[in-house]
Amino acid sequence: MALAEGIEARPAGQGTRRAALLLGALAAVAAVALFVGARYGLMLAIGLGFGITLEGLRFGFAGPWRAMILRREPAGILAQLLAIGLVSVVAIPLLSSHAGELSGAQAPIGWAMIGGAFVFGAAMQVVLGCGSGTLVNAGSGNPIGLVALPFFAIGSFAGAYGLIWWTGLGALPVLTLRGGFGLGVTLGALALVAGLFWALGKPGSRRLPARYVVAAVLLAALGIANLLVAGQPWGVVYGLGLWVAKGAVAMGADLGGSAFWAAPGSMERVTSSLLTDYTSLTDLGLIAGAFGVAAWRSGGLSQKLPRYPARAWVATIVAGLLLGYSSRLAFGCNVGAFFSGISTGSLHGWVWFAAAFAGAFVGIRIRPLVGLEART
Amino acid sequence: MTRRSTATLMALGVAGLLAFDLAASPPNPYRAPPAFAFGSGLAAAGGFCGALPD
Repeated sequence: MALAEGIEARPAGQGTRRAALLLGALAAVAAVALFVGARYGLMLAIGLGFGITLEGLRFGFAGPWRAMILRREPAGILAQLLAIGLVSVVAIPLLSSHAGELSGAQAPIGWAMIGGAFVFGAAMQVVLGCGSGTLVNAGSGNPIGLVALPFFAIGSFAGAYGLIWWTGLGALPVLTLRGGFGLGVTLGALALVAGLFWALGKPGSRRLPARYVVAAVLLAALGIANLLVAGQPWGVVYGLGLWVAKGAVAMGADLGGSAFWAAPGSMERVTSSLLTDYTSLTDLGLIAGAFGVAAWRSGGLSQKLPRYPARAWVATIVAGLLLGYSSRLAFGCNVGAFFSGISTGSLHGWVWFAAAFAGAFVGIRIRPLVGLEART
Repeated sequence: MTRRSTATLMALGVAGLLAFDLAASPPNPYRAPPAFAFGSGLAAAGGFCGALPD
């Protein structure tokens, strides 16, 4: 009876809308595969998968960190660590056996990297959106995500512009955990950190809900697929900076003053289609996947927009710029450094996690001050 | 105002970005790499936020 009532209550046209969404996604993937290349079509499909998983299962990175810090609820972070562990079991051995063909998210630990991760951790708590979260939020119609995203992209471009100068302030060589030993150390460290969060968590909130487990497994599967198809792990912020670099060049800007953007590899990407850039494709997929889920849900796009004071919008713009700039200095965001860095054996991923988590405490304090939530 | 308006704005923004990109640098499917990097024998060469410029 309840089922029959549910079917009767379904709004007219919902089936048509959902069929159109499915067809649209399939057509977009097929068009990119046909007119750009099979690999690029697969990358768009993987990006759509990321967006559907994150929005569909209401999973992310910033929210679980906030839940742990404010309410001592560790389930979300435990699910993140589970996803990272699952990827590492496949990725670390493959990176050893297929060196060159596959590359990890390996970057040097340095002063700018640590500072960048701290600022990113703070900024992502101000807007409650990390690298992937801002794209998902924007795609699903969240106005804060929508405003933050273009400034995130501008910040990413600017951060990359001066990246070499910042790295010159001091950095260690790239330190990587490799092979069976590296995998063992990574899994051991993940278990240790998970145990620490579990112990610090409030009793009764430590159990992982089924949707978090499903999200962790799906994210891991998509992360591994990203590595096998693109030859590199899942990333977000490079693509955003590239969009602005292309726009700047189209408007006559000379990027010759930047050691980063003037490098031959960067220039080739700036002059090539975004549809041949892996991070751009997964970024576009994240946005489109989140949009699709929001449009699929009954009433998903009918929610009224919240009202914010002017200072909240200013804070969103500033936080967006900082998210982009700091993530380039930090050699990645929660995706490129935390998720992909740790799961491919890069020690910078661990340092990023510690610095960004410390920054999150600051961001959580700033958020109510700028009017982005009711002050408590 | 509902999320429909902001989501539509986002969709228009993405459509504009793609239109600009396709006009500025049309892709050439005949230069596409193999579908999978894994097993291709080719070096990974994509841009990534954790990598210094090559």
